[in-house]
Amino acid sequence: MIETRKSTKLFQLGLRRLLLLLCLGLAGALVGATLVRFAPGYGVSERELDPRWRAESVEALRQKQALHQGLPSFYFHFLSALAHGDLGESDSLKRPVRELLRQRLPVTANSVVRGLGVAWLAAALLASFGLAFRGWLFQASTTAFNSLLLSLPSAVVAMLAVHLRTPVFCAIAVVVFPRLYSYIRNLLVRSYGQPHVLAARARGLGSRAILFRHVLPLAAPPLLALLGVSFAVSFGAAIPIEALCDSPGLGQLAWQAALSRDLPLIVNVTLVVSLVMLAANSLADLAGRTFSGSMQ
Amino acid sequence: MNALQKVAASVLLVIFVLMVLATFLLPAPFARQFRDIPNAGPSKAHPLGTDALGRDSLSRLLYGTRVSLLLAPAAALLSTLIAALLGSVAGLLGGWFERIVLAATDLSLALPWLFLLLVVRAMLPLDVPPLVSVLIAFLMMGLLGWQASVRVICAAARGVRDSDFLLLARSTGCAPVRLLWRHVAPNLRPLFYAKFFISIPLFILTEANLSILGLGVMEPMPSWGTLMRGFEDFSALSANPWRLVPLVLLVIVVTCFQLVLPPQEVTQ
Repeated sequence: MIETRKSTKLFQLGLRRLLLLLCLGLAGALVGATLVRFAPGYGVSERELDPRWRAESVEALRQKQALHQGLPSFYFHFLSALAHGDLGESDSLKRPVRELLRQRLPVTANSVVRGLGVAWLAAALLASFGLAFRGWLFQASTTAFNSLLLSLPSAVVAMLAVHLRTPVFCAIAVVVFPRLYSYIRNLLVRSYGQPHVLAARARGLGSRAILFRHVLPLAAPPLLALLGVSFAVSFGAAIPIEALCDSPGLGQLAWQAALSRDLPLIVNVTLVVSLVMLAANSLADLAGRTFSGSMQ
Repeated sequence: MNALQKVAASVLLVIFVLMVLATFLLPAPFARQFRDIPNAGPSKAHPLGTDALGRDSLSRLLYGTRVSLLLAPAAALLSTLIAALLGSVAGLLGGWFERIVLAATDLSLALPWLFLLLVVRAMLPLDVPPLVSVLIAFLMMGLLGWQASVRVICAAARGVRDSDFLLLARSTGCAPVRLLWRHVAPNLRPLFYAKFFISIPLFILTEANLSILGLGVMEPMPSWGTLMRGFEDFSALSANPWRLVPLVLLVIVVTCFQLVLPPQEVTQ
């Protein structure tokens, strides 16, 4: 009975999250459309400045670009196209945005997932070593190393990756690692300091049993929340890294779109990234709640 | 303040004094070209050598330090002021206003910080004078960097809202603006300071990233980001390792800011 009630609650929470995701996606799309509509230079083609074009031709061009559409009509057309999966055409690359996203998203997803995997593994291992060997030298050297990595701009890490010919996911891992390490380490130190862990240690329980039975269950919900946050960090790091390492992913696409002021492209890339981020955060949150529920 | 924090604060003070005195220390104007000696090594006239266009590297470093170290704290101040205002009012009023502010915060936090900056930068003209590019970078970071702080400040203001002294002030007929100014803000002041100091290193790194990508401070105006753009030419860098000085300075400043930051309990 209690199990059924818990499952229903989780299902309701999942539905609420999905609804929130849809609402935020819609709000993001409207904000993006507004930014595109009111950005300086919207609807003005360079061809209009060509003196060889006649006034009628320029007027026809303006009509074609729907400059005279009202705002409600603009929103309606934008949203109905979006509902049909039509994300428009890139001004600079002259290709459908949908096609560009389909090509670029897997590249970034691959780099981000592999980079996150490496960063999480390294951070968790180093934090565990730090707890096992509590000497001041280890602590001081890891803190100094972590501070150094935290102080490096991700673009500099990218340039270093280019010179060392390391893969893109390694550069992403280097950017994400220090943020994960300091958080995981603090969390583990706090969990190991809990009275019930001290009591378990006093009873002579082995270190592995303490870790798996007493520390990890306590640390799992915040760690799962951190997983969602680390997605955002790695996607943010992907922009300079992909741009400078010449990796054909979403980060490079966003950078190219910003440099060429390709507003339809950058707004749609941003919309996709924000939806991915929201989904990742919601999943991490749901996983954390499920875990806490099962532990209780 | 422990010994390490004192050392970090002293280093920051020295760098800030150098930044202020940059005008008197510059061997040459930062944009002046010595066309007969491009890519020169360190000499008496040019202690850090010259860049590929023959400009004095020390002058550019000192001036770039001034640009970066004025830009980041100014943007941090603006973003902290916005976060303080929005967070305090939302926490104090509660209800639909709080929900709207938190939903807007969630929406913008869903997006990686650099993506958001890129979108806004793409809306604005790219071919702008260098001073305008500095102003754009400052406004972008200042106006878009408040989200992370709002949640924390709002939660703290919510805690103050239910306190006895605020109830007493309300019962005496204290106006909402006065409540905010005289009762809520003084109680949240340590949090405002903490958020301000946390934002500075973040904005220094953001400026560097944007400028390296060609979307921040524009040439010939130097900043740490524009100076580091030359790192792409690795052969020149390995031949002239002193060109790494801007990166070393940036790492020192960001590390010092991280060290002098208030303890974590205050900031969360």
